[in-house]
Amino acid sequence: MSFYFAQLLTGLANASSLFLIACGLSIIFGVTRIVNFAHGSLFMLGAYIAYSVVTRLDAGVFGFWFGMLAAALAVGLVGLAMEFLILRRLYRAPELFQLVATFGLVLVIQDVALAIWGAADLLGPRAPGLARAVRIFGEPIPQYDLALIGIGPLVLAGIWLLFHRTRWGILVRAATQDRDMVGALGVNQNWLFSAAFFLGAALAGLGGALQIPREAVSLQMDLNVIAEAFVVVVIGGMGSVAGAFVAAVLISVLNAFAVLVFPQISIVLPFVVMAVVLVLRPHGLFGKPGSGHGAPGEPEAPLRHMSGRGRMALAALVLAMLASPAVAGDFTLILLVDLLVAMLFAASLHFLMGVGGMVSFGHAAFFGIGAYGAALAVKTLGLGMGGAMLAGPLAGALGALVFGWFCVRLSGVYLAMLTLAAAQIVWGITFQWQDVTGGDDGILGVWPAPWASSDTAYFYLAAAICLGGIWALRRVVHSPFGYLLRGGRDSPVRAEAIGLDLRRHQWAGFTLAGTLAGLAGTVFAFSKGSVFPDVLGIAQSVDGLIMVLLGGIHALAGPLLGAGVFVLIEDWVSRLDFWRFIFGAIILAVVLLAPDGLAGGLERLRRLLRRTTGGGAAR
Amino acid sequence: MLEVTDLHARYGGAHILGGVKLTVAGGEVVALLGRNGAGKTTTIKSIMGLVRQISGSVRYEGRELLGRPPHVICRAGIGYVPEERRIFADLTVAENLEVGRRPTREGAPHWSVAHLYELFPNLAERRRNQGKQLSGGEQQMLTIARTLMGNPRLVLLDEPSEGIAPVIVEQMARVIAELKREGLSVLLSEQNLHFARLVSDRAYIIETGQVRYEGDFADLDARPEVSEQFLAV
Ligand SMILES: Nc1ncnc2c1ncn2[C@@H]1O[C@H](COP(=O)(O)OP(=O)(O)OP(=O)(O)O)[C@@H](O)[C@H]1O
Ligand SMILES: [Mg+2]
Repeated sequence: MSFYFAQLLTGLANASSLFLIACGLSIIFGVTRIVNFAHGSLFMLGAYIAYSVVTRLDAGVFGFWFGMLAAALAVGLVGLAMEFLILRRLYRAPELFQLVATFGLVLVIQDVALAIWGAADLLGPRAPGLARAVRIFGEPIPQYDLALIGIGPLVLAGIWLLFHRTRWGILVRAATQDRDMVGALGVNQNWLFSAAFFLGAALAGLGGALQIPREAVSLQMDLNVIAEAFVVVVIGGMGSVAGAFVAAVLISVLNAFAVLVFPQISIVLPFVVMAVVLVLRPHGLFGKPGSGHGAPGEPEAPLRHMSGRGRMALAALVLAMLASPAVAGDFTLILLVDLLVAMLFAASLHFLMGVGGMVSFGHAAFFGIGAYGAALAVKTLGLGMGGAMLAGPLAGALGALVFGWFCVRLSGVYLAMLTLAAAQIVWGITFQWQDVTGGDDGILGVWPAPWASSDTAYFYLAAAICLGGIWALRRVVHSPFGYLLRGGRDSPVRAEAIGLDLRRHQWAGFTLAGTLAGLAGTVFAFSKGSVFPDVLGIAQSVDGLIMVLLGGIHALAGPLLGAGVFVLIEDWVSRLDFWRFIFGAIILAVVLLAPDGLAGGLERLRRLLRRTTGGGAAR
Repeated sequence: MLEVTDLHARYGGAHILGGVKLTVAGGEVVALLGRNGAGKTTTIKSIMGLVRQISGSVRYEGRELLGRPPHVICRAGIGYVPEERRIFADLTVAENLEVGRRPTREGAPHWSVAHLYELFPNLAERRRNQGKQLSGGEQQMLTIARTLMGNPRLVLLDEPSEGIAPVIVEQMARVIAELKREGLSVLLSEQNLHFARLVSDRAYIIETGQVRYEGDFADLDARPEVSEQFLAV
């Protein structure tokens, strides 16, 4: 009995940490509608800054707690700067831009932290006065855990007072419901948004700072914590602080007991809980459907068939690529295969988002399932390359069929979060299931059949498969099914009204996108000869999002262009020191300078040139 | 006081307003009449800075407001009461009023919470209730009271009589009369000709995004073919 009580207390202490980071995320989302991927980075910065302050101050009780608050304040200021310099320019942009911009910030902050604090993990001091354990019912409980258990509700109460007893808090709650109306009542939204960012970031910083007596400070803290923080926010209902608290307690306590029964579960448990909650309550426990006001209501530009000249340029590019083995070296060919894989992956994601209107944060799930499907077909089933190349996309399709059933029941951010959960569940299972997937060691020796084993031969095989897949997607986009999907994307209500079973169509679209992502994963697996859990990771999903965004969401050629540019930039940048910083900065520059993607940016440049050279036939 | 000229508005590709022209003088109640989808709401939202693709001119007390963000337009002295009410459902009545509160303004009547509770006794009783617990009529009262908290000189009222009980419509007419007595100007969008006649000095009729008629009600009554053509009577 006492053991279970101790377990409960551990769960509650974890809940406090989780709540601190999640509630900041929730406040920021509630007011600004920005899904802040960089929130984990703020958490990490909080830990690093607290470490520096506390170790420098020769930690007494006062020094320690001063360090905590100083870290919170400093991170709050970082958040403020982020909002003021970058995100403020993106409030009117589609949410994908904000998301990718915050991911750019993740990369930048990673390298800034690396430059300042180095790559080694840092072990922080214990909290003075709370360094020992007390016995409760005979079980030793760290005093610091008890302090944390107190801090969570204390912060919750503080936020409650702030939100109910101050004018600022009332404005924040009002803006969470209908920010445009708050603006029409004379409140300057910019100011409100900055304040929300400051508060949210400071809470994340505090959360990170309070971790230093419990875990080593490392550069992995940011992405380790962000997925779980998202889960908590979504379960609680986005924008609801009380919801975040309940969800944090729910997840942490469930986890504390579940690991007793099934030790491997902790990686996937939060995501499973989230999937269940979302299917039962599509807006989380305490969330409400958005008011619809304040959404960027820009109607989508219709997709155009490509112009004759565009087609010719594309054909020329494809031909040049196909002719390249005559001149290119092996390295270039390998790069070109990467490019082809990226194009198909990005095209499938673009189909899901741009055509189907379903934003996915977890498209890597199907890429990875395809890759593992093919690898397992070779290794476990003993199939040849041909069989494996069928098994991969089939596995992707199956995965998408299952997850799609859940996902199409939701929309907007909640859908995106569920896709993220799906990817994390698959990643968790793959990572843990040593016997079958090899866990962290991956699966090695997935080589193509002898006839396709030369770089040139595999290049042509990859080209045939990937270009074929992209071509098929284009056909689907311009088929009646594609039109239906787009109709549903632009006005779901109307689509339902004319008796269209939109969900069914979306489910089919989701499955198709998953199949082609699986196909891309299959080609990838054979090109590398091995598969590791990374292919299922958040970074892989975000790469796809960046490609789609780089290319611009409105043009069918966008993802191809985006993937091309992405692969080339990555290939070049990743050889440099601090490549994350450079890459993050590039992403931010693109998002800020070409908010309609490279394709749109080029188009505008072309129009500008034509206008200046063509005698100023302005509109 | 308000002078709108050549106002164009679009949503995406759709051209909704095609050169609206209207004026509201100080202390005047002006009705903007028109059928469903005629462009009344779009006109009001455009004045308030809530439509993004607009061109033309919106001058208010000599100052050009077109292109300014809504909060600046509100601070200039224009209050907006939206058609869908848009009260903050999770906030209490008192908190809803707090969101609308602005400093006193020279040349505009000052509305205190106490004064507003006098004008809307129902709200006083329900001050601790959340917005979502109010009836439709009470919500309509709240959205007007909330706007008055900003001490505006001109109020844009979008279909205040829509979807509420006849008793409340009467109360609404009394409120508008009270606003006029206090010296406020009102631009009122309406489909209900009888209600508009009861409270306004003049009327514009708008159809497919253009003003088709302007004049007072006596004149309008003398030309029944106009109301027949442009209004659902
Ligand atoms: N957000 C929007 N996007 C696209 N079209 C819109 C939008 N809002 C309104 N419209 C269109 O603009 C036209 C004018 O609408 P508006 O709401 O101004 O009319 P209204 O006169 O206020 O009508 P009602 O009496 O129904 O309130 C309508 O045809 C409507 O369909
Ligand atoms: Mg209207």
